[in-house]
Amino acid sequence: MKTISDHILDICQNSIRAKATLIEIMVEEDIYNDFYRVTICDNGFGMDEETARRAADPFYTSRTTRKVGLGLPLFKQNAEQAGGSFSLVSAPGKGTRVTACFKHRNIDRPPLGEIAQTLVLLVIGNEDLTFRLLYKTPSGEYNFDSAEVKEALGEVLKLKEGREAVIELINNNLIDIGATS
Amino acid sequence: MTKIKNLADLKRIQEEVRSRIKLRENSNHPENMVQIKVGMATCGIASGAKETMNYFIEETEQRAIDAVVTQTGCMGYCYAEPTVEVTLPGKEPVVFGYVNKTKAHEIIDRYITQGELVDGIIPVSYKTIDE
Repeated sequence: MKTISDHILDICQNSIRAKATLIEIMVEEDIYNDFYRVTICDNGFGMDEETARRAADPFYTSRTTRKVGLGLPLFKQNAEQAGGSFSLVSAPGKGTRVTACFKHRNIDRPPLGEIAQTLVLLVIGNEDLTFRLLYKTPSGEYNFDSAEVKEALGEVLKLKEGREAVIELINNNLIDIGATS
Repeated sequence: MTKIKNLADLKRIQEEVRSRIKLRENSNHPENMVQIKVGMATCGIASGAKETMNYFIEETEQRAIDAVVTQTGCMGYCYAEPTVEVTLPGKEPVVFGYVNKTKAHEIIDRYITQGELVDGIIPVSYKTIDE
């Protein structure tokens, strides 16, 4: 996966399959303390301890179409290659939280990629779900809530102008807090 | 034109667009709309399914085709990603493989608008023991 946004999109697919209704994505970056942390938290049906332990194993998957599940293992590999760490906390009925830490200055940390476009894709592709993004940098933080945006834009969100407006909204706010790409 | 920075700006955009364009009367009957599902699992994302999905969203809007474009998980056809499942109203779903922008254009042009079958369909010809 070439960018962190791709990983985020991928893990969100897991959350969607777990029938989550609210998915929160948190990105905290701090270049001075050399960390870049991505957390994806959902309120889906969660996993029991055994499943949670085996989730990061590429040869373990809960799907029936094939025997391999690469999303989590690839994310974990990328985090560890960039000098970071990976953790997954889950409980049945309580949802799941996936956290990947990367060393900010490490050359192997993938770029963030098109997070705004990814978020918009998630929002329009899953109309009944709410997505939130919390982005923190040493200069500030930005909160995005798809429910608020849907209320502000209404039907226009489905049109090109609406989508582009939201992408611009997110990108302008991220630039304001000095987010690195 | 000021930059879009907050919800109030979005609201303003909504007002502007609403007065300019008459919104299509989107029937809330999914049976009458074309359903387009783009496979967005790990294999899909890694093969560029995001671009494919964006393309479908923009083209169907530009051509005023009544369609719902959503994401789906792994359909099992990882070797042929990006995959797209198209369900025309009243017809069986059809899965297409290797759907890049050119292929997507072809699918919209021929299958969706004219009902003409396009190369590259993945047949759903087996049933597993569980079904």
